[in-house]
Amino acid sequence: MVNRKIVGAHYGLKDWLAQRITGVVMAAFTLVVVVALLQGVGASYESWRAFMASGLMRFVSFLFIVSLCWHAWVGVRDIWMDYVQPAGIKLALHVLTLLALIGYAGWAAQIIWRL
Amino acid sequence: MMTTRTLQFKIYRYDPDKDQKPYMQDVAVEVDSTDRKLLDALVKLKAVDDSIAFRRSCREGVCGSDALNINGRNGLACLTDLASFPDDKPIVLRPLPGLPIVRDLIVDMTQFFKQYHSIKPYLVNNDPPPERERLQSPEDREELNGLYECILCACCSTSCPSFWWNPDKFVGPAGLLAAYRFIADTRDQATNERLDNLEDPYRLFRCHTIMNCVDVCPKGLNPTKAIGKIKDMMVKRAI
Repeated sequence: MVNRKIVGAHYGLKDWLAQRITGVVMAAFTLVVVVALLQGVGASYESWRAFMASGLMRFVSFLFIVSLCWHAWVGVRDIWMDYVQPAGIKLALHVLTLLALIGYAGWAAQIIWRL
Repeated sequence: MMTTRTLQFKIYRYDPDKDQKPYMQDVAVEVDSTDRKLLDALVKLKAVDDSIAFRRSCREGVCGSDALNINGRNGLACLTDLASFPDDKPIVLRPLPGLPIVRDLIVDMTQFFKQYHSIKPYLVNNDPPPERERLQSPEDREELNGLYECILCACCSTSCPSFWWNPDKFVGPAGLLAAYRFIADTRDQATNERLDNLEDPYRLFRCHTIMNCVDVCPKGLNPTKAIGKIKDMMVKRAI
């Protein structure tokens, strides 16, 4: 194969946009949790559990986890793209990152739904 | 009355024909009150030691050939005031970072211009040209202000970490500013092709809004803003 630098993958906009949107979702979730903590929800295990087990919190904390993983996927892949040049190593790192994030997302979902 | 002042320099020297590796040379040069800019001192320096190589041409911030790394910051020697340097510290001059060195302060700009050419820096309009000129409204023309003034000195692109890591794939701030100059031009008919050409995780999306480009631009331009506008147009096109 000739060694030519080729670019023009025709993607990137969705990832960039997703990174911004997931950032907003995470910021909003953080705000909700901070307000809840200021109101003393974290005073006991029971009150914290009751707070996190409500239908709305299950919904938004799941959204938060999905956002976190998606955001991390774009961000971590950006790091590999910036600093890792050999294509084989880069692909391997991408795959490992993706697998780890999917695993974490599943694990986190199990924890939320166990409540 | 003519007052003189002695300036201490630390200059990056490298002649690939003679030197094993680059080194920093200490030189002193005497300037008088008519020497206003760093370039004036460099020209005097050349009289002291004619082996030192640097590019220069118009000496008034238009040609963009004397871009250097001055005390760690990219800028044009011809626009940098000598009065801005304190007496007690040497002025450290290095070539623009991230590009191959030809000799001393001269860098190989091939990669930089390759990226510039890749965005097709010319008007694409397939309509037959009118008798006199393609007209624009004053409002449409206003859009090009802050874009067309770029002198391609490479201060911005060579201060951009994303360009350091991927100079062969990331267009860089100078190229993207020029790209938006044609995207924003109402006389241009290739907007979609231009956006297609840039929609790539490397070509455009290596920009992480670090904004070193805005910080160093000797013409006071804002490539980050132009890049943001390109992204805006892509979003509007996609949704």
